Amino acid sequence: MKALFFILIFVVIAVAIWQFVKLFGLTKGDQITTEKENNINGWFMLGLLGFIYGLMIYSMFAAKDMLLPQLSASTEGEHIDLLFKMTMTLILIVQFAMQFFIFYFTFRYRGIKGRKAYFFADSHKLEMIWTITPTIVLAGLIIYGLWTWNNIMDFSDAEDPLIVELYAKQFQWEARYAGEDNELGSASVRMIEGTNTMGVDFSDKNASDDVPLVVGEGKFVKELHIPKGRKVIFKLRSQDVLHSAFMPHFRAQMNCVPGMVTQMAFTPSVTTAEMRLNEDTMAKFEHINKIRKDKGEEAVEFDYLLLCNKICGSSHYNMQLKIVVDEEADFNKWLASQKTFAQLN
Amino acid sequence: MSDHHHKETFVTKYVFSQDHKMIAKQYLITGIVMGVIGVFMSMLFRLQLAYPEQSFSIIEAFLGRAGEGGVMTPDMYLSLVTIHGTIMVFFVLTAGLSGTFSNLLIPLQIGARDMASGFLNMISYWLFFLSSVIMVISLFVETGPASAGWTIYPPLSALPQAISGSGLGMTLWLVSMAIFIASSLMGALNYIVTVLNLRTIGMKMTRLPLTIWAFFVTAIIGVVSFPVLLSAALLLIFDRSFGTSFFLSDIFISGEVLHYKGGSPVLFEHLFWFLGHPEVYIVILPALGITSEIIATNSRKPIFGYRAMIMSIIAIAFLSTIVWGHHMFVTGMNPFLGSVFTFTTLLIAIPSAVKGFNYITTLWKGNLQLNPAMLFSIGLVSTFITGGVTGLILGDSALDINVHDTMFVVAHFHLVMGVSAIFGMFAGVYHWFPKLYGRMMNKDLGYLHFWLTAISAYGVFFPMHFVGLAGLPRRYYNNTAFPIFDDLMEINVVMTIFAIIGGLAQIIFLSNFFFSISKGKKAVQNPWNANTLEWTTPVEHIHGNWPGEIPAVHRWSYDYSKTDDNGELWGGQDFTPQIVPIRDGEEEF
Repeated sequence: MKALFFILIFVVIAVAIWQFVKLFGLTKGDQITTEKENNINGWFMLGLLGFIYGLMIYSMFAAKDMLLPQLSASTEGEHIDLLFKMTMTLILIVQFAMQFFIFYFTFRYRGIKGRKAYFFADSHKLEMIWTITPTIVLAGLIIYGLWTWNNIMDFSDAEDPLIVELYAKQFQWEARYAGEDNELGSASVRMIEGTNTMGVDFSDKNASDDVPLVVGEGKFVKELHIPKGRKVIFKLRSQDVLHSAFMPHFRAQMNCVPGMVTQMAFTPSVTTAEMRLNEDTMAKFEHINKIRKDKGEEAVEFDYLLLCNKICGSSHYNMQLKIVVDEEADFNKWLASQKTFAQLN
Repeated sequence: MSDHHHKETFVTKYVFSQDHKMIAKQYLITGIVMGVIGVFMSMLFRLQLAYPEQSFSIIEAFLGRAGEGGVMTPDMYLSLVTIHGTIMVFFVLTAGLSGTFSNLLIPLQIGARDMASGFLNMISYWLFFLSSVIMVISLFVETGPASAGWTIYPPLSALPQAISGSGLGMTLWLVSMAIFIASSLMGALNYIVTVLNLRTIGMKMTRLPLTIWAFFVTAIIGVVSFPVLLSAALLLIFDRSFGTSFFLSDIFISGEVLHYKGGSPVLFEHLFWFLGHPEVYIVILPALGITSEIIATNSRKPIFGYRAMIMSIIAIAFLSTIVWGHHMFVTGMNPFLGSVFTFTTLLIAIPSAVKGFNYITTLWKGNLQLNPAMLFSIGLVSTFITGGVTGLILGDSALDINVHDTMFVVAHFHLVMGVSAIFGMFAGVYHWFPKLYGRMMNKDLGYLHFWLTAISAYGVFFPMHFVGLAGLPRRYYNNTAFPIFDDLMEINVVMTIFAIIGGLAQIIFLSNFFFSISKGKKAVQNPWNANTLEWTTPVEHIHGNWPGEIPAVHRWSYDYSKTDDNGELWGGQDFTPQIVPIRDGEEEF
C-alpha cells in the first residue's frame, strides 16, 4: 500500500510540472527553434563540454588514491600495465579531441536566422583519412596486445612452476598444492565425502603428497601462500556454479567452470611485505584507515586478495581468500610445515 | 492495400490494430511503461550501493519481505540488477526503440501504405505485450524473480538450489524471452520484406534515409542472431525441467551430487553471446539512424558521407556477428580463439570511428537548430564516443583480464549502448511526436529534460570507470566485506545522487509526453522543414498514409541548403523534399 502512495506522489509531481508550465504560459513559441534558444543552448553545450572535461580531470586526480597500486605484483602484469598505459593515453587524446569538436561546433554553428549552412556532402579524401588513420593505430595496438596475450596465456615452457589448485564453491575458496611430485592427484565432485571436501581421489598415487590449504595455527582465515620469483600455475575447478578467480593486484583472472579444469599462471614479483611499503599502497591505506577510524572500525593492513568475480549466488559479494607472497625460502619453509593428505588421513 | 472505408470499431482501431502507426504507438507506450519499471529498479539498487546498511522506507514499500526493515536482501539485489538489465536491453531498447520507430518510419519514409503484413505486425506487438506481462508477473512470485544476471549463465540459472531466483522466476523469465524472440523475429521479417518490396517509385536503396538503412540492417542482424538465443533458452529449459545435460556437468550442491554429466556452461556462453553481442548493435544502430536523420535536418546540411555511413552500418553489422567471444576471454576458452576475437573486435572501432567523424563533420559549418531532439542527438554522439573509446581496453584480450566483469564494464556499456540508445530514443520521440500524435511536445520541458539527463548520465557513469579500475567487481551487493574498497564509498554516494536526479528528471519527460498527447500545440504538416516522405502525409492519421497516390521520389533525403551555380538556395528555401523533381541544371547528388 505504501508503494501506491509513492507512485501517487510521482504522478502528482508529473501533473504539477504540466500545470506549472501552463500557468506560466511556457507552451507558446515557434515550433522551429528561435535564435535565442539556439544561443542559450549553444552556450550550455559549451558548458557541458566544460563539465565533461572537469569530470574527467577531477576523476583522474581523485581516483589516484583509489585505484589499484600502480606496481604490478607479477612480472606478466608489467606488460599489461604498459599496454594499458599506451591504450589509455590514446583514449584520452581521442576523447579530449572528439568531445571538443562536437561541442565546439555545436556552439560555433548554433543557428542564426538567415545564415546559410554549407552544403558539404562528401569528401573522398577526408573519408580515406579517417578510415586509414584508425586502421594504422589499431594495427599497432592489436599486434602489441596479441603478443602480450600470448605471452601470458602460454606457459607450457615454464621451468619448475609451482602447481596450485584453486577450488571454488558457494561461497568459499579451497586450495591444494601439488606437493613433492608437483602433480595434482585426480579429483571429482563424485568423490566428495566427509572431510574430503575437494573430492580428491586418494587411490591416485599423485594425491597422497598433495597439500590442502587449511587455516593456520593462530589465524582466523585461510592464507594462500605463494613464492616470489617462481611461476605459479593455478588449476581451477568449481564445485557448483561458475565462479571467477580474480586477483587484481597480479592482473590475473580466470573463470572456474564446473565440469572442466581451467588454468592461469603468473610469476609473483612483489612480496606482501614489499607491497605494504609501496608508496601507492601506503597512500591508499592511509586514506582507508582514516575512513575506517571515522566509522569506528579498526585499522587494516594491505593484503593481496582473491575475489570471486562471476555472479555465483547470494554471498557472491563476500567470497574471498587472502593471498600472501613470501620470499622463496620463507615459502618453502611454510610449505614444509603444512601437512600432506597422507599425513592428515 | 487496406480497405479505406472499412468501419473501425474501438477494438480494431486501438487494440487489435493492424495499422503500423497505431502499432508504433503501442510499442512506444509499452516500452515507456517497462522503462519506468527498469529505471526505478536501478534507483533502488543504487540506494543500496551508496548506503548499504541504511534503511529506506521506499525499499520496504516496494520490495516487501525482500526489503524488510528497509534494507534489501542480497538475493533481491541480484534480482533487481538482473531484471533491470533484461528490461532495459530487451523491452525498452530493442522493442521500445526499434519496435516504435521501425514501425512508424519504415512505411512512411519509403512511401508504403503499411507494412508488408499488417496482421503479422499486430501479432508481433501482442506477443511482445504478452512477454512483457509475463516478465512483470515474474516480479511477484514467491521465490523472487530471476537473479542470475541478465546473461543467465547456467548452472546458477539452472539450479533452484543455487539461488532462489532460479526457481519459478527463472522459468517465467525464459518463457517470457522465448515469446519475446518470436515477436522480435516477426517484426524483423516484416521490416526486411517491407523495405525490399514496398518502396515507392524512385526510392532506390541509395536514396533511402539512413534511418531506414539502420532499421533494415538491424532487422537482418536480429533475424540472424535471435534464433540462437531462442535455442539456448530452449536447451536451458530442457536442462532445468527434463534432466538433460547440455550445459551442466559434475555438480555437487546442497550436499548431493547431481546426475548431470558431459555438458558445458561455456557452450551456453557461446550461444548467449552469439545473440548478446549483435544485440548491442540491434540496440544502438536504430539510435544512430535516428540521430543521422535528426542531425542532418537540424544542421540544415546533408549528412556527411552518406555512402560511407551505409558502408559503416553494413560493416558494423557484419563484424558484430563475429566478435561475441570478446565477452569470454577469461572463461577458459582456448587462448587462440581469444586472439581471433581480439582482432575482429578491434576492427569494429574503424567503422565506428568513421561514423563519429562523419557526425562531427555534419555539424561543421551548419546552421544548428538546437531543439530538444537535436540536443539529444548531439548528446548521443558524445556519449557514444565516451563509452566507445574504452572498448579499446575491453576488446583487447590482454587488457580485459583485469577489468573483465568489474564496474569498468558496467560504465562502458551503459554509456556506449545504454545512455546512447536512450538518447536516440528520446531524440526520436521529440522529433517524430508531431507525426505520432499530431501535436508538439513542450520545448522548454524538453530542454530541462535534456540538461538534467545529460549531466546526470555523465555524473553516474563517468566516475564508475574508476571504481572498476580500482578492482570492484560488478554485481556485488555491497563492498563492505573488503576493506580495500572502503575508499569507494564517497564516489558511490556521488553516483547514486546523480542516478536519482537522472531518474526523477524522467518525470518531466513523462509529464510532457502524456500531456502533450492531448494538450500539446497542434502540429503543422512539416514542423522541422524536413525532406523525408513522412512529412508529406496529413497530420491526422489516415489508413494508407497518403490520401491520394503515393508520391514518387526524385532525390535522396539530404538536400538541405543546396545551392545553384550562383550560390543561391534552390527554390529560395534551405530544404528540398524528396518529392521535388530534379530541376533544370541541378545535379543529383
